[in-house]
Amino acid sequence: MRRVGGVLLSLALTLLGLLVVTFIIGRVMPIDPVLKIVGDRATPAQYEAARQAMGLDKPLIVQFATYMGDVLRGDFGRSISTGHPVAEDLRRVFPATLELASLGTLIGIVIGVPLGVLAAANRGGWIDQVARVLALIGYSVPIFWLGLMGLLVFYGMLHWVGGPGRQDILYDGMVPQVTGLLLIDTALAGDWGAFRDAFSHIILPAGLLGYFSLAYISRMTRSFMLEQLSAEYITTARVKGLPERRVIWGHAFRNIAVPLITVIALSFGSLLEGSVLTEIIFSWPGIGSYITKTLLAGDMNAVLGGTIVVGACFVTLNLLSDILYRLLDPRAT
Amino acid sequence: MTFPFHVRAMLLATAVALSPAAMAPAWAETPANALVVAATIDDIISLDPAQSFEFSGNDVTQNIYDRLVDFDPLALDKGFQPALAESWKVSEDGKTITLTMREGVKFQSGNPVRAEDAAWSLQRAVKLDKSPAFILTQFGLTPQNVDQMVRAEGNTLSITMDKPYAESFVLNCLTASVGAVVDKETVLQHVEGDDYGNKWLSTNGAGSGPFSLGAWKPNEAVQLVANDAYWQGAPAMKRVIVKNVQESSAQRLQLEQGDIDVARNLTPTDIDAIAKNDKVQILNEPKGRMIYMGLNQKDPLLSNPAVIQAMRHLVDFEGMANSFLKGQWIIHQNFVPAGYLGASDDNSWTYDVEAAKKILADAGITSGTITTKVRDLREYLDVAQTLQASMAQVGLTLNIEQMTGAQVLDAYRARQVPVFLGEWGPDYADPQTNASTFAINPDNEAAKGSTLAWRNAYAVPKDMQDAVLATVTEGDSAKRTAMYLDIQKQYHDSAPILPLFQRVEQDGARKGLAGWSTGGAVSSAMYRSVTKAAQ
Repeated sequence: MRRVGGVLLSLALTLLGLLVVTFIIGRVMPIDPVLKIVGDRATPAQYEAARQAMGLDKPLIVQFATYMGDVLRGDFGRSISTGHPVAEDLRRVFPATLELASLGTLIGIVIGVPLGVLAAANRGGWIDQVARVLALIGYSVPIFWLGLMGLLVFYGMLHWVGGPGRQDILYDGMVPQVTGLLLIDTALAGDWGAFRDAFSHIILPAGLLGYFSLAYISRMTRSFMLEQLSAEYITTARVKGLPERRVIWGHAFRNIAVPLITVIALSFGSLLEGSVLTEIIFSWPGIGSYITKTLLAGDMNAVLGGTIVVGACFVTLNLLSDILYRLLDPRAT
Repeated sequence: MTFPFHVRAMLLATAVALSPAAMAPAWAETPANALVVAATIDDIISLDPAQSFEFSGNDVTQNIYDRLVDFDPLALDKGFQPALAESWKVSEDGKTITLTMREGVKFQSGNPVRAEDAAWSLQRAVKLDKSPAFILTQFGLTPQNVDQMVRAEGNTLSITMDKPYAESFVLNCLTASVGAVVDKETVLQHVEGDDYGNKWLSTNGAGSGPFSLGAWKPNEAVQLVANDAYWQGAPAMKRVIVKNVQESSAQRLQLEQGDIDVARNLTPTDIDAIAKNDKVQILNEPKGRMIYMGLNQKDPLLSNPAVIQAMRHLVDFEGMANSFLKGQWIIHQNFVPAGYLGASDDNSWTYDVEAAKKILADAGITSGTITTKVRDLREYLDVAQTLQASMAQVGLTLNIEQMTGAQVLDAYRARQVPVFLGEWGPDYADPQTNASTFAINPDNEAAKGSTLAWRNAYAVPKDMQDAVLATVTEGDSAKRTAMYLDIQKQYHDSAPILPLFQRVEQDGARKGLAGWSTGGAVSSAMYRSVTKAAQ
């Protein structure tokens, strides 16, 4: 129990630190949030009235204390750029990103891990070359270019997938929202037309993110595997006459599972907050584009709310990978 | 090398999932009775008509609410027409305008539209005092006196003003979003504190317009639902969906696929590309927005009349209008946009580096360095760089600083931008909207002003300001027009603020779509006249 308490405390402290830093950056940023509210035409009196209504005339420390008090009561305030409560906005945009990043990471794991293992097992062979070229392209080609090309080819020319956005207007709002993840909600509702529509919209951006995540995952897997394959116990196993398949998957792979989990968690985390360009190209209403847009508007309630969510995700992912680490590796205590 | 079984199974599953058979294209045409528009709508911050002051927000409120007088989407040049007010008359002294309300009109809630609702709506806007309130308060209405000045009696509404303003001026102002008539009874149920229902109306609708608000998901989509009981007839489109699509190329793809009916933010390149598509049409509509150059008079170099005069010859009007501004901006060198009463077509400044050089040499100027702070958008940067190149030819160095829109605006409002390149859009459908900001600056020394003239430290000559103020009380429209033409002539010859280009909106639309109007130079998008024919 004491350990759980300690973990929760460090989680809270991490988030608090994140908030303080974000809050300060937000307040020293050369963007005036009052202007966003009152616009270009306002008289000085209207400007001043709006500034006071937003509490920006109070000392920084008072503003922060007020904000923290609200957050502890579960109130993230109202976004000035959307007019909606931030909590409501986040409930809408976060599932969109979560769904996209999860599917992307899944694709990255399903293809990236076997590819990395096989590349290491056949070092210098054709699979290794293919993996290297895939990773190289993944690192060097800008994501927005690949995204636009993907849209042009698979949506524009081949008509295989749906266009930008999460679903077609025919299906918009047709399925009751349960989790906010459309693939799950449509399946729960048994509306397979809507499911197919949602799938056709997500597969291209998720595939794109999956590609970038697989480039990273496969490279890391390959290097972990190479390290293992040169270890003595592998030579021993081979000498004992074990089939190569069992040497690779049974012995070496089991030993890289632990560091791999950290790699995957990191990759998932970066997809959660780093898919901004993908979200913009595909008009994906997620948290990445939400934070970017609100930041440019000086909309600090929204930015702070978004930061808490992304920060909490990172901390949770770290925690989960830590727990798995302990479960999988008995030596770790 | 053989793949282990589970890898093979996964590869197969992936291949099946990705195959075209698994994902037959169910997505093709939009429904015949729904209008789907792609646009960038991330500027909406409120749908309360007394607060909304952004292009996309006004596109929504325009369709949810009716105003006392309004435009006909298919005949914008006829000017304001009777709407919720059937008729009106001006009192003997010219200070009171009395409007008679149309009978039998209902709000979307089912409540009748009464003179009382109209009066309350105007009083509410004045008392809330959000940005667009000045459109009403310029008639002498204040939060303190508005209850006496704006009154409902039976089915008439009377508005009393501090001066006998021109009838056209008053009614033009009432066509603005801030003149929307809201459902008093409904809004009163949602008042919080002294906010007059502002918080609730920011995300909800309570109007009598042709559409009601279905849903607004910020940065994602706005859905409107047809009001079949609309007094001017039910709209043909039962649903209107405006999707937020940022990228021009993504809008173009969706348009070509038939997933959307209209794309509103296509670049000249994408317009060129769809011109060859026989399923698509290009609709051109002049808008009121202008690109102008402000020369800050606090700068010793820029306040030299010779420099001001030389700058008029250093703008490559034709070159820019024919290249990167192609089709989307046309040359317009006066502050009243074409489409407005009193617009001037005197575009006599010419690109002439030699002339500029001579003017500067005569004034003894051979070199100088000036800074411009520009919003990091392609169009402005292109304009700034073109200007930089032509200025270099006469020995003037233009430093370009890129910033976000909010940063530039901040600096501009603090009078810290030497050469300002940016846009201005009219606030209401009357020439006074631009005259009062380009040519009014009551106190150039005051700590804070808000007109464009003030921001450029332009001490407007007293006689010009007097002329601008006199136009609004001139009842004869022909005389009013002549007065604006006069003022603009003087402005064109002397002012340090140079209007350069006027916006033309180029929308891509599916063939068969008709009745589309984005409100021209004077108003916002109106969907009630849109129809779709089978392609």
